[in-house]
Amino acid sequence: MSMDKMLPLLWQGLVDTLYMTIPATFFAYLIGMPLGILLVVTRKDHIMPAPRFNTVVGALTNFLRSIPFIILLALLFPVTRAIMGRATGTKAIIFPLIISAFPYVARMIENSLLEVDRGIIEAAQSMGSSNAEVIFKVMLPEALPSLLNGGAICMVTILGYTAMASAAGGGGLGAIAITKGINLRREDVMYAASILLVILVQIITVSGTLTTNRLDHRQR
Amino acid sequence: MEEQRKVPVIAIRELKKTYPGADGEVKALDGVTLEVREGEVYGIVGMSGAGKSTLIRCINRLDTPTAGDILYRGHSVLTMGNKQLLATRRKMGMIFQQFNLFMQRTVGRNVRYPLELAGVSNEQAEERVAELLKIVDLEDKINAYPAQLSGGQKQRVAIARALASNPDVLLCDEATSALDPMTTQSILSLLQDINMRLGITIVIITHEMAVIRQICTRVAILDDGKVAEEGPVNEVFVHTKSQAGKRLFGILPESPDEDPGIPALRIVFDGASREKPIIANLIKQHGVLVNILSANMKHIGGKTYGQLLIETPKDEEEKQLVTRYLTEQGLTVKEVNAQ
Repeated sequence: MSMDKMLPLLWQGLVDTLYMTIPATFFAYLIGMPLGILLVVTRKDHIMPAPRFNTVVGALTNFLRSIPFIILLALLFPVTRAIMGRATGTKAIIFPLIISAFPYVARMIENSLLEVDRGIIEAAQSMGSSNAEVIFKVMLPEALPSLLNGGAICMVTILGYTAMASAAGGGGLGAIAITKGINLRREDVMYAASILLVILVQIITVSGTLTTNRLDHRQR
Repeated sequence: MEEQRKVPVIAIRELKKTYPGADGEVKALDGVTLEVREGEVYGIVGMSGAGKSTLIRCINRLDTPTAGDILYRGHSVLTMGNKQLLATRRKMGMIFQQFNLFMQRTVGRNVRYPLELAGVSNEQAEERVAELLKIVDLEDKINAYPAQLSGGQKQRVAIARALASNPDVLLCDEATSALDPMTTQSILSLLQDINMRLGITIVIITHEMAVIRQICTRVAILDDGKVAEEGPVNEVFVHTKSQAGKRLFGILPESPDEDPGIPALRIVFDGASREKPIIANLIKQHGVLVNILSANMKHIGGKTYGQLLIETPKDEEEKQLVTRYLTEQGLTVKEVNAQ
């Protein structure tokens, strides 16, 4: 394929990929973040113990997380249609992406928050902090580097999911690599799209790591 | 005023705490009763596992006891509502063995945290932070992060932070246990200074007798979840009554079954014998060569406490002689690894 035809194609692919990844990550965090916080603070030895609630929510989260994205995508067709107006296409795919990613995000947040030393939380409590103050003024800021790092990982995972969008008529670099590159045997397109994806992942990962290191004051 | 003084700052009544364990319930606290009065430095000492940490954590309800009551100036900490509990916690500062500073906040912002909770204005908070850092002598570290500080400096920051809310009680949970002896000294003098200058009542949990001896006015010895002994530090030190107290003072060996690996005689000095050179006499008068394997002795109030391990003389007759002589001196002699 000539360069002047390939470049606009790849550009559109990049735009579509980001169009799916960024809102999906945002909404996955909107749901996953409170869920992750709840999964931590309701543990039986934490600040708002509710072990039964924790077990149930934890099990549901694991259940959702264990459904492979490609299957969830198909299972959710009716719901997606109801919510997004249609079941297929680049925009519609954002919904299953969110549903698939938020449990993953929740576990990621949970892990980051569990890294916060219990002693630090106790110190905050001993100073008369309310539970909300412990969460928002202590746990989240203390876990910030780890949360950002997790954010980069989640975004890369969601980016990976978008490659499967072609299965539901969506666009993006993944879809281009599969439909144009593999199915039509255009190897140059396949490689170009794949390399762009790799570069995108690298940018996210490296900027995640750099910000994390810059914000982390635990060492030195 | 007189009435107020009679009400102890903290009164602990028949406090019990049990944990579910692998083989039935574990009693961490088994009916602890004690009172901390205004302005004193109260020490609670005990071996690890005696229940000290559970006890201090119950005082500000970081831990909830199973039974009994804790009164702060006459108000039950256990039954008060959440709002009052948070207010009470602000009147009781707390410092910890592991310092527990906020790692992502600078020193200044650590000290400022309680002021943020109290809604103090920026300007006032800045002033107060400077003032607090001056008390702990760390004004130049205001913009440093805790990871850049030494252990002693971290504990100073923790103290400044604990004082920010103007508490009238400071709870210290093994506050010097992670520090070297020199730093321990400086933290202890700082605490003493705070007690005297600011009139803050201090409760100290420790397993180090030296800490108690240095700054406490009264002490409770906690053993197996109970108060084994309680009173003014001088009295408890000179007339130690409880086994737990004697063990803590090093009067009784911590591990009486320590094995020297070879045949030996364990000589126990339990305070009955006067200070006289028993071993020197043994060597001089009876011509026995004594090989001392280990010794752990203390002199308290003109009496000797502790134990001495010597190698058993190879010669049976000599062994009899040594045993008889030491027994005559009022000492207990036990054979270890008899041939």
